[in-house]
Amino acid sequence: METYSFLREFADSWMLLFLFLFFLAIVFWVFRPGASKEYKDTASIPFRHEDKPATTEEART
Amino acid sequence: MVNYFKLIALGLITFFALIAANYARDLAYMVHALLIAGVSFGLFIWVLRGMGTVTVHAQDEYMDDVIRYGVVATAFWGVVGFLAGVFIAFQLAFPVLNFEWAQGYTNFGRLRPLHTSAVIFAFGGNALIATSFYVVQRTSAARLWGGNLGWFVFWGYQLFIVLAATGYLLGGTQSKEYAEPEWYVDLWLTVVWVAYLAVFLGTVIKRKEPHIYVANWFFLAFIVTVAMLHVVNNLTIPVSIFGSKSVIVWAGVQDAMVQWWYGHNAVGFFLTAGFLGMMYYFIPKQAERPVFSYKLSIIHFWALIFLYIWAGPHHLHYTALPDWASTLGMVFSVVLWMPSWGGMINGLMTLSGAWDKLRTDPVIRMMVISVGFYGMSTFEGPMMSIRAVNSLSHYTDWTIGHVHSGALGWNGMITFGCLYFLVPVLWKRERLYSLQLVSWHFWLATIGIVLYAASMWVTGIMEGLMWREVDANGFLVNSFADTVAAKKPMNIVRGLGGVMFLTGSIIMCYNLWMTLRKAPAKEASLSVAVPAE
Repeated sequence: METYSFLREFADSWMLLFLFLFFLAIVFWVFRPGASKEYKDTASIPFRHEDKPATTEEART
Repeated sequence: MVNYFKLIALGLITFFALIAANYARDLAYMVHALLIAGVSFGLFIWVLRGMGTVTVHAQDEYMDDVIRYGVVATAFWGVVGFLAGVFIAFQLAFPVLNFEWAQGYTNFGRLRPLHTSAVIFAFGGNALIATSFYVVQRTSAARLWGGNLGWFVFWGYQLFIVLAATGYLLGGTQSKEYAEPEWYVDLWLTVVWVAYLAVFLGTVIKRKEPHIYVANWFFLAFIVTVAMLHVVNNLTIPVSIFGSKSVIVWAGVQDAMVQWWYGHNAVGFFLTAGFLGMMYYFIPKQAERPVFSYKLSIIHFWALIFLYIWAGPHHLHYTALPDWASTLGMVFSVVLWMPSWGGMINGLMTLSGAWDKLRTDPVIRMMVISVGFYGMSTFEGPMMSIRAVNSLSHYTDWTIGHVHSGALGWNGMITFGCLYFLVPVLWKRERLYSLQLVSWHFWLATIGIVLYAASMWVTGIMEGLMWREVDANGFLVNSFADTVAAKKPMNIVRGLGGVMFLTGSIIMCYNLWMTLRKAPAKEASLSVAVPAE
């Protein structure tokens, strides 16, 4: 099969399926239990460390 | 030690640039070679004079100098780009403005890419670089990675802009929309862009927060995708190493498809993803409350980047492009409406509970109307991508109106909002010089955009209908010149809309300048106590 036909068939079958499932997985992952609490913390990142970088003690990795 | 290598490299660049200028095959190339020789010689002197001094990068401070430069560059290129736009708008209304004595340099065809590149890449690009550097440091709680590499990105990008702009005027263009610069300018931008990616990613990697804030996801998608688009759409082979002309490796319809894959994703990732990064940081900051839904922001991100990349073929309806490809582009464009409006809702609803700020704070009003324009143009866009609508709208001024309601409304207004936020923070002022002037800017810009978009709708639909009008025998009724004559009043209204938008941006520059000069400094930054009066 020539490259064009192969790539086209692959793109509109397996790749399409993969991307779609990947996206669904993200949606499920976003609504996992305990996510709300974590995202509340993440969403408030802009309101910390406005003037100075975090010191080593403050780092929250 | 590094400085010695820098001196050797700069010396060699100056030398070879001068040789290139000598052998140059065309004017644009020669001017650019001389420009590069001048810049590298200037840098040579500058490095030489700075020998022995060491720049210290205090890791307990943010690197804000380069952002301050970026803010000034954004405002400057904004005014330049808007001015060029106003001028070419009046060139269309009054052809006499294509001056005879400057024929071949300042006529519409040469100035139009200058305008588009100035507003998109110079104004928008500088805004993106400055805000992304600001946001990535604050949300990673870490200083910018790479030391002086941030400066290289800033100045390297300015050099790219100057090379691109002068090239257009002198005829050095590869005639690909939004990708006009010739091969050596493209190579230079690639170098700068890789450095930009390194600085941004390096800062994200050394972050002191466990999570990567959503704005950084959008900025990163913008940087990575633009790198990919830029490289693929500019795979050209120069005709001569001493000339600006090059030939693209793609042929025929493939070239067209690659161009519009690039073109539409320049809109999707440069003008949308990057500016959404701004939205997700600066609207919460100005509204003083976190984003409406962080979950929605994650779904918004993945949906947007998965869908946008397929939408390009809608620029090539009714061409040699296979039907399946243009249908694919159309379908994905329509589906794209969903994540676009998801993002718009997320931005707008961030104000829930603080809607009163709209009345008191003209800066947040600016940001909100930008999100409103984003919603409007992301509704109009999918509609225009439908083949039946496109058959009327394509090649008409409707497209121009659509682009400008997006670019002036969404990109322009959110950038103005960010500049109004950034200047007092970066220069440690308590507040802006005048909120009243912000209101003036807001209304001038808004009415300007409305005049622009409305006149382009009228003239676009009119000319689309005139082009397809046939008489009882099946002959076309109107000649092309008939449509040009019929458009004149709308072209003038469009130009006036542009004048209002330009005036607003000049008022902004005055206001920001006066903020530096006159606005009271923040208490904390006063080194000496001021006695009470």
